Amino acid sequence: MSFKLDDLNVMQIDVLKEIGNIGAGNAVTALSQMVSKKIDMKVPKVNIVEFKDVADLVGGAEVLVSGIYFQLFGDITGSIMFIIDKTSSKLLTNLLMGKNDFNPELDEMERSALKELGNILAGSYLSSLSSLTGLKINVSVPCLAIDMAGAIMSVPVALFGQVGDHVLLIETEFIEGSNLVKGNFFLIPDGGSFEILLSSLGVV
Amino acid sequence: MAEIVKVGMADMNTVYSPAILTTLGLGSCVGICLYDKKSRISGMAHIMLPDSKQIKNNSNPAKFADTGIEKLLNDMIEMGAQKSNIVSKIAGGAQMFNFGDTSDIMRIGNRNVNATKETLKLMGIPLIAEDTGGTYGRTIELYSETGKLLIKTIGFGIKQI
Repeated sequence: MSFKLDDLNVMQIDVLKEIGNIGAGNAVTALSQMVSKKIDMKVPKVNIVEFKDVADLVGGAEVLVSGIYFQLFGDITGSIMFIIDKTSSKLLTNLLMGKNDFNPELDEMERSALKELGNILAGSYLSSLSSLTGLKINVSVPCLAIDMAGAIMSVPVALFGQVGDHVLLIETEFIEGSNLVKGNFFLIPDGGSFEILLSSLGVV
Repeated sequence: MAEIVKVGMADMNTVYSPAILTTLGLGSCVGICLYDKKSRISGMAHIMLPDSKQIKNNSNPAKFADTGIEKLLNDMIEMGAQKSNIVSKIAGGAQMFNFGDTSDIMRIGNRNVNATKETLKLMGIPLIAEDTGGTYGRTIELYSETGKLLIKTIGFGIKQI
């Protein structure tokens, strides 16, 4: 691989942020329409971190979260990971299904609703990314795990371990004000893929 | 209260008794614990990938099962441990997401466990206990004073091996 994370310049990082901005902007709009609530998003961050620090991005390795995971293939490969903390997961399924359920556990139906939510978010994120870059990007079916954040984040990160000692994550945090739903949306392009992303936008 | 030493992802550490080594949220990664029964010098590595030879960039030995165990053992010997007294316990290697296919990368947990066992065997370090596989994350604590390994999960109980 000719391209290294350390070589990324400020403009290229800005472009990656903008990718996050446009992708997540569309995803958040979709989410907002689905639950008929106003949802805010923060300015995306491009994180280049060592493996041992990855779990800190989502509040620590032992925090209980829902992780909805997608694999990307086509012109670029990588992963999308959508992390929502446990309380927010329940709030979201309540919003989606019009319920007022305070049992912290998620039943089969609610798990399925979360996956579908992830599906719609990932779909709108990627379709905007795809029309922006002209790249063909396919996405797998969603996969849900509810467990420790460290254990969940290790899955997409292990893919990165094959090409380097750092991982690049394009992160967008979103918040649904009145209910304090908080989530993090990560686009994690594989080793060679961010070079393809950047060159498709003419900044390499 | 004994000192608690953390081990991050793709990281390793060694301690003298009675310190406690811990790594949080093991998913497909494997936590490898080496323990000298006499001197009680203990080491823990949190490896992510099975084999350093298949991969171009391997500047961090703690990332891989093969190089990780080797480095951990050498570090412990440097601290005064005797190879003939060292035994091992491992935990982790879960499959966090089930896509229903068996592509290599999704079976990474399983491959990590196999590579760890192979390397231990190759280096002649007895594996005396393990808690591997499954679909859930683990937090582990190695008590260097006793060599006991405590495994905590969310929803799958706590056990000691």
